[in-house]
Order: sequence, then C-alpha cells, then structure tokens
Amino acid sequence: MTELKGWLLAENPDSRTQAAFGRGYLGWLRFYHNPLAMIGFVIVLTLLLIALFAPYIAPEGISSGLTGDALKNARFLPPSAEHWFGTDGQANDVFSRIVIGSRITLVIVALVIFTAPILGFIIGTVSGYFGGWVDILLMRITDVFLAFPKLVLALALAAALGRGLESAIFAIAITSWPAYARLARAETLTIRNTDYLAAAKLQGASHWRLISGHIMPLCLSSLIVRVTLDMAGIILTAAGLGFLGLGAQPPTPEWGAMIAEGRDYILSYWWLATFPGLAIFTVALGFNLLGDGLRDVLDPKSGGQH
Amino acid sequence: MGSSLSKGSYQAALSSFYTKKAKPFIHFFSMLAMTFFGLLLLTFVIGRMMPTDPVIAVIGDKAPEALYQATYIEMGLDKPIITQFFYYLNGVLHGDLGTSVRTANLVTDDILNYFPATLELATLATIFGMLIGIPMGVIAAVNQNKWQDNLVRIFGLIGHSAPIFWLAMIAIVVFYQHLDWVAAPEGRLSVMYEYTLPKVTNMVLIDTVLAQDWGAFKDAFAHIILPASLLSYYSIAYLSRMTRSFMLDQLNQEYVITARVKGVSETAIIWKHALGNAWVPLITVIALTYASLLEGSVLTEIVFSWPGLGRYITDALLAADMNAVLGGTIVIGFVFILLNLTSDLLYKVFDPRVK
Repeated sequence: MTELKGWLLAENPDSRTQAAFGRGYLGWLRFYHNPLAMIGFVIVLTLLLIALFAPYIAPEGISSGLTGDALKNARFLPPSAEHWFGTDGQANDVFSRIVIGSRITLVIVALVIFTAPILGFIIGTVSGYFGGWVDILLMRITDVFLAFPKLVLALALAAALGRGLESAIFAIAITSWPAYARLARAETLTIRNTDYLAAAKLQGASHWRLISGHIMPLCLSSLIVRVTLDMAGIILTAAGLGFLGLGAQPPTPEWGAMIAEGRDYILSYWWLATFPGLAIFTVALGFNLLGDGLRDVLDPKSGGQH
Repeated sequence: MGSSLSKGSYQAALSSFYTKKAKPFIHFFSMLAMTFFGLLLLTFVIGRMMPTDPVIAVIGDKAPEALYQATYIEMGLDKPIITQFFYYLNGVLHGDLGTSVRTANLVTDDILNYFPATLELATLATIFGMLIGIPMGVIAAVNQNKWQDNLVRIFGLIGHSAPIFWLAMIAIVVFYQHLDWVAAPEGRLSVMYEYTLPKVTNMVLIDTVLAQDWGAFKDAFAHIILPASLLSYYSIAYLSRMTRSFMLDQLNQEYVITARVKGVSETAIIWKHALGNAWVPLITVIALTYASLLEGSVLTEIVFSWPGLGRYITDALLAADMNAVLGGTIVIGFVFILLNLTSDLLYKVFDPRVK
C-alpha cells in the first residue's frame, strides 16, 4: 500500500502513465476531503448500484397482477413494514416501482451524456479551431438554439415525435448541446495559439489530429464538470416531461409519470407522489453535489472562489 | 486640407458612435430577427413531423373524400415545401397562428386570453425573487463562509434539485389541506367571483383593483400566493447565488477599502456602494430569470389548474391540436428570446467595460 502511494506521489514520475495516475490520485485526495462532494458521489454510486441490481432489490415487480377483491384489499395501502412506500391504485408496491424506475433515470442520463455534450463538443472545438466564417456560422446557429426556451421546445418536439421516452430524450439532447458548444469554443480559443499546438502543426499533424489529440483532451475536464452540473437539470426536465404525460408512458415506472399518477390522490394518499419525488430530488441533489466537487478538483481556475 | 481633416474626424466620430452606441443595438436586432426566424423554421419543421395527418386533424376521419381533397388544397399542402414555409412565415408575421382544433377559436385569440395569467404568475414570482433573493445574496456575501452563507447555499441547492411540480403538491397538502392558509388549487378565482369580475387586463390582481372589488382581490391573492411563491423558489435560489457572487466581486475592490478608511459606515458600504455597483449585472440576471420563469410556469400551472399558456399548450398537446401547440411555443419562444437578448443588450449598454 505504501509502495503504491510512493509510486503515485513520486516527484519525478518515470512514465506518462505514472504521472497521469499520480495526478488522478491527488485529485481524488482533494475530492475525498470534501464531504459534500463525497455525499454526491455516494448518491450517484448508489443510483448506479440500485439500477444495476434492481430486479434483486425490488421485493415485487412493477405490477402486482392482482384483480377483483384481492386488488381492492391490497391497493392504496399506506407505508408499512411490508410495503415500505405503500401501494398504488393497482396495488403495485411503490418501493419496487421506484427501484426499477431508477433504470429509466439512468438510461436518460446515459443517452443524454452520449449525445448533447459530444455534439456540442465537436461543434465548439471545430468552431474555435478554424475561426473565420466557420466560427461565425456555427456560433450563430448555436446562439439561435441557446436563445430557445428549453422546456417548451422539448414539449413541442415530444408532441411531434409522439409521446415516449425516446422523444423526451431526443428533445432534451437537441436543446442542451449549445451550452457545451459555447464552452468548448471558449476553451479552444485559449489553446489555439499556444506554442505546443504550433509545434504539432509544424510536424505535419492534420486538423483532425490537432483537434482530437491536442485540443479536445484539454477541454474535457471543464466539459465533464459542466455535464455533471447540468445532469440535475436534465433529470428534472425529463421528470417534468414524464409528469406532463409526454415522456415514458404508464405502466413504465418513470418517476415523473409516477408523480403524475399520484397527483389525483395527493389529498388522500400522499405516499403515491411523495416517494417518487423524493427519489428525483435525491438523485438531482447527488449530481449537483458531485458536480460542485468535481469543479473544485478538475477546474483549478474556479477552485475555492465560489 | 481642412475639409479632409473634418471629414476624417467626422468618420472617426461616426465609427466611434457605431462601436460604442449603435453596435449593440444592431447586434440586438439582427440576433432577434435571426433567432426568431430560426424559431419559426423549427416550429414549421416540428409541425411537418407530427404523426397525425393535419387534414384529418381539422375535418375528422369521417369526412368524405371530396372534402378531404378540398381542405388539403385549401391548407396549401399541395404546394412545394418552401412555398408552404413562406405561407407559414407570412401568416405568423401577420399574427395568424391558425385555428385551434380543440377550442375552435383562433389561436391568437386563445393566447391573448391565456397569456396574461402566465404573465401575472411569472411577474409576481420575479418580484418575490428580487425582494427575497437579492437581500439573501447580499447577506451571504457579507458573511462569506459563515452559517448565513451556508444556509443560503443549502437553500439554493434544494431549489436546484427538487422538481417544482412535486414541491407544489407537497405545498398544497401542507398549506391548503392541513393549514388551510390558501385557496383551493383550482384556478385564479373562486366561482362566486369568476363570472362577475369585469375582464380588463385579464390579470386578476389588477382587474380586481380596477373594479375596486376588495373581496375578489383577497380571493385572487389567496389563489395566486402559493403558485407564485413556489415558482419564485427558483428565482430566489438563482438571484441569491448571482447576487452573492457579484457582491463578493465588489466587496474586494479598492474603493470599498477607501470608503472604510474614510469612515463610511459598513451599512452604507454594503447596501449603497457595493450593491449599487452590482446592479448592472443583476439587471441582466433578473431579465434572464423572468424569461425562464415564463417558461418554467408550465409545470406550476398544471398542478394549480392555472389557466395560463403552459396549461393551454399541454392541453392542446394531449388533444393533438398542433396549431395551438406551435402558436403557444412561438409566443413563449418570442418573449423568451426577446428577454434573453434584452438582458444581453442592457449589459452592453450599461457596463462601460464591455466592448
């Protein structure tokens, strides 16, 4: 253990890998000593684990399958030792549905991560790298998208593409890439006139190699911070679309849609809407805390300032 | 010689006028035109993407074939797509957003009916945000890293993490069901006032004052206070965080030290000098907040059955009433874009440091 620590903290690392691991370790140490960031990390990690093992954790499936008198006796039961979060109008166990619903939240998060930031990232770096009319054109398009109202546009898009989780994700992705394009462009502009980039260019590196090998890696950390901080907003927007009936459709246990189902009964059966909402809140809070912590570690410019 | 000199200085003055004063405005109007055009293009594309047949949406699926063909041609669907787009553009620019299938009214009329309710809600929420959020931010900045600062931070963190429609439902259980402090979450007025109040501005708080009907005013206030407070949570969280950061910038400036050395009271330094200078960036943030509240009111309106534009759009959505959806999107989008760009413009005009 101490040997590993010595290797990681070596003042003169022997290889690039060792230096990279060393930096990663130092970042982790800073992160580790930030209690709020650790809480966020644990929340997000828990979400991952719950989603991964959902079928084993959930005591019941998403549907009770009960009918007739059995349904009548088992529905709208308040929280108890047997049903931690109570049961809903179809006698489904709310806790089980929330646990299984975590997978949907994770799918939304994953799909948005692999679309909007990447698109914005490419547009931003290309725009900043080439400059001139490419920059003007791409940034005008970005500005136009940036000025759009996100939720309302997502509403209209979800309506046009038909209700469903895919439309909701597409709508969120198409409205959230401009912020990343702006960010990546700004970062690229600070790099594009550096000596090391000129050196790489003189060695005959292609545009694509310069962008992908030398510019993108340097923009990556601020992008990761930004995406993590935005994740809470994305989860809330997705839940909002689900709540409006435009995201995942029942009986899918999407948390926003579950709150919508509970809305009709809020004055009589409070647990139907309360627990899914608590789940959304916890996950969004986790991403917010994690993003704040990552910003301190990965983005030295803003460290300790905010 | 003399004339060329004066010509040169004239040109210099003109170009200096251009860069200092006119440029932000030219940028404002060109961006406004471009962004609005983009919005119209996008809504047009969305309208073409919709899964339902637009003709059937208007005449129903039991109409005879001849009527179908006649409507098809009447709606211009036989024309090339570019021509259709110019028809659309022309219509929107003349205030024609088509007819709503669901309400059978002109979408423009519907929007004039529903928008004031949204405007009233968002305006009140922005006012709450300023009255509470700005002092909170100032207190947090003055007590940096003390318990007051942490309290403001936690408050903001919760605001950025909780789904507003969920908070609204919990607030209804607490403040309506258990405490009975506010009116039922069903619209803007109780039934007894709903049909007697003369509609002037269609904003109930203003209309009740104009009618000097204080019973109705009290009723309207009991209805609006909870949704407006909830909607303002976001603006309070955002404004307090931004105020804090602007104030910290100001409080670290040398003029603050000079003022202290000269014996100016701490209260005057904080609330008069520092906050006075923080106003410029704050105004732009307030405009941005207002824009996002107009949009964000959609979810609040649903929970409180508030007859605003957000609810209009959502109801239209569920009825596949595309004209109404797109019309509402265009109006909210336009106001949003306008406020966004105005905040940008204000910043450039008011802050001499911005080039």
